[in-house]
Amino acid sequence: MNKQFDERITHALTDDHLHHAVNIATDRLRTKKAQALTKIDFAQWSERGREIREHVISNLDYYLTQLASEVRRRGGHVYFCADTTDAVEAIQGVIQSHHATKVIKSKSMVTEELHLNDALEQMGVEVVETDLGEYIIQLAHETPSHIIAPAIHKGREQIADLFSQVANRKIASDTPSLNDYAHEVLRQKFIEAEIGITGCNFGIAETGTVCLFTNEGNGRMVTTLPPVHIAVMGMERVLPTLADLEVFMNILPRSATGQQLTSYVSLVTGPRAHDELDGAKEFHLIILDNQRSQSLGDPDFQEVLQCIRCGACLNVCPVYRQIGGHAYGSVYSGPIGAVLTPLLRDDPESAELPYASSLCGACYEACPVKIPLHDMLVKLRARNVSRGFTPPAERLAFQIYKKTFASPKNYRLAVRSLRSVQKWLMKNGEFHSSIPILSSWSKTRSLDGLSPLTFRERFAKGLVIDQITEKLPHVARKE
Amino acid sequence: MQVSLFITCLVDTMFPEVAESLVHLLQRQGIQVDVPMGQTCCGQPAFNSGYFEEAREVAKTWLTAFADSEYIVTPSGSCAAMVIHDYPILFKGDHKQLDRIKKLTQRTYEWTQFFVDVLKVEDIGAKAHISATYHPSCHGMRLLGVTDSPYRLMRHVEGLQLVDLPFAELCCGFGGTFAVKMPHISTAMATEKVVHIAETSAQLLLGLDMGCLMNIAGRMKHMNTHIPTMHLAQFLDRASSDLPILDNREGVNIK
Ligand code: SF4
Repeated sequence: MNKQFDERITHALTDDHLHHAVNIATDRLRTKKAQALTKIDFAQWSERGREIREHVISNLDYYLTQLASEVRRRGGHVYFCADTTDAVEAIQGVIQSHHATKVIKSKSMVTEELHLNDALEQMGVEVVETDLGEYIIQLAHETPSHIIAPAIHKGREQIADLFSQVANRKIASDTPSLNDYAHEVLRQKFIEAEIGITGCNFGIAETGTVCLFTNEGNGRMVTTLPPVHIAVMGMERVLPTLADLEVFMNILPRSATGQQLTSYVSLVTGPRAHDELDGAKEFHLIILDNQRSQSLGDPDFQEVLQCIRCGACLNVCPVYRQIGGHAYGSVYSGPIGAVLTPLLRDDPESAELPYASSLCGACYEACPVKIPLHDMLVKLRARNVSRGFTPPAERLAFQIYKKTFASPKNYRLAVRSLRSVQKWLMKNGEFHSSIPILSSWSKTRSLDGLSPLTFRERFAKGLVIDQITEKLPHVARKE
Repeated sequence: MQVSLFITCLVDTMFPEVAESLVHLLQRQGIQVDVPMGQTCCGQPAFNSGYFEEAREVAKTWLTAFADSEYIVTPSGSCAAMVIHDYPILFKGDHKQLDRIKKLTQRTYEWTQFFVDVLKVEDIGAKAHISATYHPSCHGMRLLGVTDSPYRLMRHVEGLQLVDLPFAELCCGFGGTFAVKMPHISTAMATEKVVHIAETSAQLLLGLDMGCLMNIAGRMKHMNTHIPTMHLAQFLDRASSDLPILDNREGVNIK
């Protein structure tokens, strides 16, 4: 395994704070979700959602064109950006044209892909995150560790410590006190900001509308208070019509946080019209490709673009539960991150992420748009094999596996010879903890030896007799 | 009715008693049991690690071994899922093999589903005065929908006190090669599973997949937690014959 990945995992596994915080938070999200699903026929809504997403992704060029022309028709500006550099330049361009120095943001995972905050700070612009979770990790100089709950890895004591340090006074660790402090700081930032940057949960093609789901109302302020609003979206986040949005208003909050609806759903359609009372005077929509189109038309991976970033797969993933989000070393963590990252960032380090799964299928079961993440994890491993990314010892091991198990005769021989040498491999009835390959297992778990006779040998010799029926096996079919 | 037993490599080499119990249970239903000797492994270790080429070669031996079976029954949801769910992925585009697979997978069953759905048998006349908890294995549960059938069989065991396992649906961390490739994460998952099992204070852990049970039992031993683990087939076999449930291994003889 890649050394950094291994280090991040070890670090996460030994961090009790992290473990505790992640377990509590994901358990709560999961329980709330289960409760929220009982109130409606979720399976039906979710199936409708999957159909819509599948339809959009299969006709993405059509809907993107429609979205862009609707935004432009209403006076907005649209930028199609092939990669992160293009997108950062487009955003910087807007900021420079206004000589702006103060930017506020609403939570957006896609701007994390751009490392936007760093890029803006380097040009001397002050950027402030206004979502409480994002604000916390911005202060801590960290990255989000969950798609929906960016500061999920932090306990409230840790947050209070962080706030106290910044404020230079003691902030209590109860939710109202933490909220009050953030309010106090952020209110001023909202008033001063010249540019507001948001993500985009869905872009509605029919009307050129950008839709945001938030719980703190900060999204609404970021889109209306500053004179300029820049929305950044991944190119796949399109829905055909406002009527389709109803489906996702039903399934996204329920899947994400177990809420029937988020506290705020903001719909922004172009810049403020002359007869409107609020809204930004200028509206810019950044549409980011960043390798997404590589998955379009690829039957193995196209479905990943159906993702609505609800994070439900993270909340049920037993691996995420143990290691949290940072161990993945990428913007998107958990099962969706392990699939998406190697597709967005095609390098050997990301290629290792798909192994961080026991393929238990909990993610697939939880996913409201039924992305077969567990199958994709296997296909990504297969892609590594065909590209020669896997270690020579592993390749050899599977050559031996094939030779042994593709022939019943070789299998029998292998079992017999392993049986005859196993007494040297064992200590006190268990495999010795120093055998290569097995050592990583037997260091922490006992492993019994092979049975003196295999089941098939016993069956063939007529040793399998039931006391009750006293029946001998009927048929031991030859090869 | 004739049933071909699909005995996974792990059960064949390490836990033959589980397969024997399944033979007993089937024979007591008057079923003729056949063991195709040409079977080896379903190919899952290679498939899950991305070695499709190697997995295909092994899968072909499976397809040949069971070519003319009437019913195929296995004591492992994971291996049944490999055949039913994964073979079509593995042989995508190969229409000749896909036809073969379709014919065979229509007749392939995880054994509790076979008892409940095909044989319509839920009560096998078992008795056991013991408390047990049950770990549902992921592949059986999620890829094959083995959710109800084990409970139906267990509920009919006279005297059996079933205790709910907290966080039952969390994976135990086995995942075949995952346990070797990501040993730290796998161990942490197994540890959590063992802690939840211990919380139930049950006398016995039951399951449907020897891979998971081996992983859990192996971790238990290291943690000095002594709760016997047993495959449900073996448990039902013992509980419906005169055999003690726990053969004095743990110093207790329950029956
Ligand atoms: S993969 Fe599915 S569950 Fe995971 S974030 Fe995307 S939509 Fe949600």
